[in-house]
Amino acid sequence: MPTVKMKVNGKPVTAEVEARTLLVQFLRENLRLTGTHVGCDTSQCGACVVHVNGKSVKACSMLAVMAEGCEVTTIEGLATGNTLHPMQQAFMDNHGLQCGFCTPGMVMTALDIVNRNGNELDEATVRKELEGNICRCTGYHNIVKSVRAGAKAMGSKP
Amino acid sequence: MSATQSGSAAGTGIGASVLRKEDRRFLIGKGRYTDDINVAGQTHAVFVRSPHAHATINSIKTDAARAAPGVVAVLTGTDLAGDGIGPLICGVTVTSDDGQPHRAAVHPALAQGKVNYVGDHVAIVIAETYAQARDSAELVEVDYGILPAVTSTAHATDAGQQQIHDVAPNNMCFNWPFGDKAAVEATFAKAHKVSSLDLVNNRMVTNPMEPRAALGEYNTGTEEITLHVTTQNPHVHRLVLSAFNQLAPEHKLRVVGPDVGGGFGAKIFIYAEELVVGWACRKVQRPVKWTADRTEAFLSDAHGRDHVSKAEMAMDKDGNFLALRVMTNANLGAYLSTFATMVPSYLYAFLLAGQYRTPLIYSEVKAVYTNTSPVDASRGAGRPEATYLLERLVDVCAADMNMDPAEIRRKNFIPKDAFPYQTPVVQCYDSGDYEEALDKALILADYKGFPARAQAAKARGKRRGIGLSSYVEACGIAPSAAVGQLGGGVGLWESAQVRFNPTGNVQVFTGTHSHGQGHETTFAQLINELLGVPIENVEVIHGDTAKTQFGMGTYGSRSLAVGGVAIAKACEKLIAKGKKIAAHALEAAEGDIEFANGNFSVAGTDKAMNIAAVAFNAYVPHSYPAGLEPGFDENAFFDPLNFSFPAGTHVCEVEVDLDTGEVEIVKYSAVDDFGRLVNPMIVEGQVHGGIVHGIGQALLEGCRYDSEGQLLTASFMDYAMPRADNVPSFDVDYAPTVPIHNPLGVKGCGEAGAIGAPPAVINAIANALGIKHIDMPATPENVWRAAHAQQRPGQKAA
Amino acid sequence: MYDFNYHKPGSVDDAIKALRKASDGKFVAGGMTMLPTMKHRLASPSDVIDLGGIKELLGITVKGDTITIGAMTTHAAVAASKDVQRLLPALAKLAGNIGDPAVRNRGTIGGSIANNDPAADYPAAVIALGATINTSKGEIDGDEFFTGMFETALAEDELIISVSFTKPKAAAYMKFENPASRYAIVGVFLAKTNDGVRIGITGATPCAHRGMRLEEALNKEFSTAAVDKVIMPVDKMNADIHASAEYRAHLVKVMTQRAVEACK
Repeated sequence: MPTVKMKVNGKPVTAEVEARTLLVQFLRENLRLTGTHVGCDTSQCGACVVHVNGKSVKACSMLAVMAEGCEVTTIEGLATGNTLHPMQQAFMDNHGLQCGFCTPGMVMTALDIVNRNGNELDEATVRKELEGNICRCTGYHNIVKSVRAGAKAMGSKP
Repeated sequence: MSATQSGSAAGTGIGASVLRKEDRRFLIGKGRYTDDINVAGQTHAVFVRSPHAHATINSIKTDAARAAPGVVAVLTGTDLAGDGIGPLICGVTVTSDDGQPHRAAVHPALAQGKVNYVGDHVAIVIAETYAQARDSAELVEVDYGILPAVTSTAHATDAGQQQIHDVAPNNMCFNWPFGDKAAVEATFAKAHKVSSLDLVNNRMVTNPMEPRAALGEYNTGTEEITLHVTTQNPHVHRLVLSAFNQLAPEHKLRVVGPDVGGGFGAKIFIYAEELVVGWACRKVQRPVKWTADRTEAFLSDAHGRDHVSKAEMAMDKDGNFLALRVMTNANLGAYLSTFATMVPSYLYAFLLAGQYRTPLIYSEVKAVYTNTSPVDASRGAGRPEATYLLERLVDVCAADMNMDPAEIRRKNFIPKDAFPYQTPVVQCYDSGDYEEALDKALILADYKGFPARAQAAKARGKRRGIGLSSYVEACGIAPSAAVGQLGGGVGLWESAQVRFNPTGNVQVFTGTHSHGQGHETTFAQLINELLGVPIENVEVIHGDTAKTQFGMGTYGSRSLAVGGVAIAKACEKLIAKGKKIAAHALEAAEGDIEFANGNFSVAGTDKAMNIAAVAFNAYVPHSYPAGLEPGFDENAFFDPLNFSFPAGTHVCEVEVDLDTGEVEIVKYSAVDDFGRLVNPMIVEGQVHGGIVHGIGQALLEGCRYDSEGQLLTASFMDYAMPRADNVPSFDVDYAPTVPIHNPLGVKGCGEAGAIGAPPAVINAIANALGIKHIDMPATPENVWRAAHAQQRPGQKAA
Repeated sequence: MYDFNYHKPGSVDDAIKALRKASDGKFVAGGMTMLPTMKHRLASPSDVIDLGGIKELLGITVKGDTITIGAMTTHAAVAASKDVQRLLPALAKLAGNIGDPAVRNRGTIGGSIANNDPAADYPAAVIALGATINTSKGEIDGDEFFTGMFETALAEDELIISVSFTKPKAAAYMKFENPASRYAIVGVFLAKTNDGVRIGITGATPCAHRGMRLEEALNKEFSTAAVDKVIMPVDKMNADIHASAEYRAHLVKVMTQRAVEACK
């Protein structure tokens, strides 16, 4: 079995995995980082979005071995101690989640949106950028509000 | 009961938009959903499913699979039956027009010689790893004798159709007439005008984002099975699995619904996989875990809706509704799911009065079997079907009478001074002010300004339309006596236990289950309001039969309206007991003790003690009222006297691109009556989600089978879920009334959007195009064809 | 998915060697189609050769009016490239609208073209722009590259190195998306080139192709009215639950007209 080495949320990890192990399986089963979810098998729903080398990817459509040598960030890697990341805080402040299942993917995608589009986001941009993340609970209204507020908050942080 | 009104929007009691207590764990990735749970020695299960919609099973060969690496067991229906595990049940009886109960086909959890839909369960393969289970499932050889499939809702009962179950001749589960047929016919005969409409309520896949999962563990020492499962009602699961499936005695079965990633009805039911996993873990003496992938969810979750109807309204010359006649075929799928029979009957026909005074209503529902996945409750369950039919028909009536859609509604509304209002279809609405909601909605939507906006759109080559939907629904399910009269097998009260710990913090045990609704916050607000305890000192516990008292779970927008009242009643008991304790401690008469804002005080004095101190006294009763039980921990059950009847008017405005048929929702306004709001932020979130669920049904979602019973929409690649760029932001307001039957003054809000939205959207599209009707989902092609008055070849009602 | 041997070669030569050695090897680029296909057990290669470690397949270079995009360049990188935005804004827009942001961070131009999904976007651009596919064996003309549904002119052991596009006078891509998958139900890439109007159509038929009838009409008169008069071959169009052949034929014209408007 291949050995894979990567950094997950800043910590180096090494493991032997079957080549067919998906990154999301590796995170959930091997590392027990169960915040990253699986909501579909066709890379549509976005519940599994994590960052690989700073960019959002669907961890259900990437092999663990493909992340060899990469820096992976999951939802578990965002908060600093007890302090939520401003985007997490924005989701809480704006009721941007209900059942919570799509939430980790939404937050990781939201950060990617901010990275590429900056801190002042209009509604249309956010809605378009969220097309790879499906939520059944919120109707998106408050997710859009959360992403915009989170983006702004990230900009005002020193 | 008198809930005090001290809570203010600025505080943390009733009426305050408190941020959710549950959010933190979800936001940092520490939610604990079923598939997140792993136990020592765990095995993984994969189900072998039928690739055919209808077939006999001639043989199942499992040798190769059993011999594959890592395989622990391969079990079939023979093993299941051999262990005396009973078939899945349907819990509500509907009496057919011949006086007989509905024809219930046997529903084995693993096939017994025959499969009846694609995805039907044939065998379970259990292995050390998921990959091994999946690999070896392919080695199970099943020899099928393929039979013709029945897939059409409209034609399932036609002569010459393939017979699915011997017990149900002509594939008819029940034919259920309701109402005074002769009186309705007489009224139609002399009506000034009859408006009629044929319509399809499209089949939906409920699709909560978390796929279903189950993890079974058997303890050989205690002989107890613990089943972690994606459920909206753990106690109902336990009851049914024990009493009807003989999985284990109720006290030897623990069902846990941990964090559940959305339900919308799909996780109410007791599914084959859950029963089989519970049984198999004992059989193989190892923990067994199964998690559906999305395609399995599409195949094996109960679907929703799927009606084909004809609706007719008789009117007088002024547009007053005189009588309504509805003929519906409802598809129940291949077997009866847990509450399948109730959905197109009691939850449908009893809502056909809508917000109107229509004095006579007759409906006839033919519920049919087909070789498709079972159909059961899905967000709204019966009420969206009734509302869609009625609110679409009302727009046709308006057009036929040359009246404004708002005005024909207003004319026929039940007036606000007529409540409580007994409809001709069983329900007695307890409160409502439909005209106020309509007026507010028209202002919110700028209905008056619509013609100018339509004109401007036309100048841009687009077509604008505006559509109304004035819905009423019955939720807060339900009075047990009513359920029993209707053939339901359960009581639908709810329970609560409110326990003070000696240090003054509070644990609330509820029989409801939160899977997105925010109970941990809303119920803490109730405690704050009623007992004056800070919400951070309140923990709400649900979802584990080993922790909470028996309860009926969450569906039918019942958690606050029924479960919340049970909590309030437990609080009342605590206050009553607290007065005794405080009277003793404060050396006053019990009758002089007042309770407010968390303090027991002696009237007219400054002598007081707070509720935490009272609780401490109750657990350390060194100086305590004689004869009073120690402890500060009360139980309550609440069985409502009536449903709750949320209502409102939704207004949708669309712009149609005639070149492509694309529909853009440019504005959506909703004014709802949910009674008193405990947490307006959470309520508004429920409204948003419900509306988008309804918009999904109206524009995007449609479950399709081919004539051989293959599901063509079995993944998100083919089944269009609403996404952020399909919908706008919403304008939401309220027109509350006081529901006289609810002690807290609350109504349910979880389903209203999904009920109100579909007709509002379709009415808007019909208005934009100047057409009578278009079926859902109004996809771009269908809209384009409607706009250009073309019928898609081969496109007929299901 | 079935298990397989995984290889991550550092050069094109090593990649081809690995493929030749395998009993049933497959190159994988971003994996956005390949991995879901394997997850559904619709493909079961013995060996997966990951092209993600080959530096020579990366990068965007400009020479005069020609822009060359390395096969492993992601859709996100193409969309964000200042060079692509300057020389071929229509291509940048196309790339920026494939899938969703996370898919664009993994999916590559080479993978998309080699896979030739009937509803993929890039094939329309390759055809309309008369791109050149530079491979490990030589060059393949864009017009000759797409040979059928999921089929291309690539040999089994041939690897796309890069794709070269020449700046047109004007170009636009108009896509009508499948509401579920967000793939193209119909996508029309229109380019005004020195050789006249060229149109690449995707989604409409089993394989992306040139819109000869539309080109002919637009070369006579570059107007939306000219498109109106073209009779589309409805019988050649795909039909599925999302769109009938007739609707697809209609959409081809509407998307073409929108592209014409955008190129005016």
